[in-house]
Amino acid sequence: MSQSQTSHQIRTATPKPDEQLELQLGRYRAMQLIRRFEEEAARAYAQGKIGGFLHLYIGQEAIAVGTVEALRSDDYVLTTYRDHGLALARGMSARSAMAELYGKATGCSRGLGGSMHFFDVEHHMLGGYGIIGGHLPIAAGTAFASKYRGEDRVTVVFFGDGAASIGDCHEAMALAALWKLPVVFVCENNEYSMGTPLSRTLAVEDVTARAPGYGMPSDRFRVESVAQVVERISVAIERARRGEGPSLLEMRTYRFRGHSMSDPGKYRTAEEVEERKRQDPLLRLRDELASRGQTSALEGVDQSVEDEVQDALRFADESPEPDASILEATTYKGEFAR
Amino acid sequence: MSDTSNRELGSYDGPVREVRFREALRMGMAEEMDRDEKVFILGEEVGHYQGAYKVTEGLLERFGEKRVIDTPITESGFSGIAIGAAMVGLRPIVEYMTWNFSAVAFDQILNNAAKMRQMSGGQLHVPVVFRAPNGSAKQVGSQHSHAMEHFYAHVPGLKVVAPATCADAKGMLKTAIRDDDPVLFMESETLYNLKGLCPEDTDFTVPFGKARIAREGSDATIISWSRIVHVALEAAEELSKQGLEVQVIDLRSLRPLDEEALVASVAKTHRAVVAYEGWPYGGVGAEVVDRIQRLAFDELDAPIERVTTLDVPMPYNAKLEQLVIPQASRIVEAVKRVAYRG
Repeated sequence: MSQSQTSHQIRTATPKPDEQLELQLGRYRAMQLIRRFEEEAARAYAQGKIGGFLHLYIGQEAIAVGTVEALRSDDYVLTTYRDHGLALARGMSARSAMAELYGKATGCSRGLGGSMHFFDVEHHMLGGYGIIGGHLPIAAGTAFASKYRGEDRVTVVFFGDGAASIGDCHEAMALAALWKLPVVFVCENNEYSMGTPLSRTLAVEDVTARAPGYGMPSDRFRVESVAQVVERISVAIERARRGEGPSLLEMRTYRFRGHSMSDPGKYRTAEEVEERKRQDPLLRLRDELASRGQTSALEGVDQSVEDEVQDALRFADESPEPDASILEATTYKGEFAR
Repeated sequence: MSDTSNRELGSYDGPVREVRFREALRMGMAEEMDRDEKVFILGEEVGHYQGAYKVTEGLLERFGEKRVIDTPITESGFSGIAIGAAMVGLRPIVEYMTWNFSAVAFDQILNNAAKMRQMSGGQLHVPVVFRAPNGSAKQVGSQHSHAMEHFYAHVPGLKVVAPATCADAKGMLKTAIRDDDPVLFMESETLYNLKGLCPEDTDFTVPFGKARIAREGSDATIISWSRIVHVALEAAEELSKQGLEVQVIDLRSLRPLDEEALVASVAKTHRAVVAYEGWPYGGVGAEVVDRIQRLAFDELDAPIERVTTLDVPMPYNAKLEQLVIPQASRIVEAVKRVAYRG
């Protein structure tokens, strides 16, 4: 797709040097916020302040940040249980996100959802989902609603390589393609389905090889930078916005941490992880900005991120627990159906 | 107007029309589609084929392909699409060819429809209706004869209803479409041809959580829903000949459940039989028994009995199938046991 079509996105036109610098610093800040937020979340988890599962996005930040940059604020986004990065990129406050991890009433889902179920309707972040592949038909449904209403809103939905073989992944793509729904399917291929490498889960490792079977265009690339993600996904987003139907993108990436906090990651070598960390889009952008004389600007950004994350931790710590009265009120509207 | 019609129409006294059950459902859907542009229907064969059981007949011609949508055989996929569309404000009606096929969409109903309001902290809700024929038909074998209400009524976040009359078919379906939470609407292939009086008033609705008294009596109570209400009425007729007058309660709504009606009836009759399709292990019938023993223990003069589908998969053989499905004769025997007549 990207090879044969040119992007219609204005934002991919080359900005002036000053604007370019501002843009890149903004991208760096967005990624650094996710990185530092999650590093502190991991620490809080180790201290027992966060329970259940905690799946970190560290290493994959450029995907969420680039996608959000390419979207309009009224477009819908949905993702898996590895959802902190997308929520923060989309504009959820670090306070609201951290408070949710702490299970507090001030959290985005009022302490009822937890790490895997971040929702932020104001920012059209329609959820993190814990059943592999189950949210893909939901995303086709939000796209269906846009088309039904005659709106030009687009839905972007993320899933992992581990979801590529489950039934709902297929059904969602088959229906979205049949009905030309304005949805972009993004496979964040981090090479491991929990502890199992691609070579043992997919006969054909190229997930986009399926796209022709659905009659969908596709694009596949190794994620190097936010700018690259913006450019590549914009083609699919604008195609969907024009009413030409869905696309399948595979963004090859890598998570630097385990599948979740309980995963020591023994299925991959330290050398492999170190090698991938050297290609970290966040560090590469930092190096690039430093080499362009932006060291003090970077320090300023780092400090403001640090303040924001520390403030979020304090806020989460000090926030009240949800009251039991919330339980029935969020199960049914009105009288409880018992 | 006969006594039976009175009981079917409740307090409604406006214009009525005699229709078949499937037509009552269609009236309910068409009226709501006229009333609200956000309502649409999707499912296998609902459009061009006019519905596998002709419930949606004529709707495609009337409302067009935008709102009457044929789907490929992808229950999980189109259930999820309906849930997603409902989350952002539409009001989908999903027709499964039968409730049996909802098993492959169980995750969508359980994990997305039922949980969305809670896991989003109340930010989202899912005003969707899932409807289909449920329970046994005629010799359709073990995979096509499930009574699925028992699986779904277990789940908080869902509402489950199972009407037995044409008036309730229309009135409860309209209530379901207007509800802001997911409603699972259980029909029956063997009820689709049932004739009955149906209100023509487009504002006629039947609230959930209110049982209907299908027959008056004071010697015992039979509690039932959907098709088996008619079997229970048959049993009541036979029992009357034998000198026992039973009150037949048509639950209509399984979640929410009308506890007050159960308690009031047992306070009057002191004896109860719960008759329904579905296996005896757990399920809605067991729940009804629990509510009665908890809320009306002192009123009971006999242990509550249940008449259920026998505890085996449904056989194809016609005689064995009838043996496995609850029959009037089994209900008669159970009532006589709780009344210590026998």
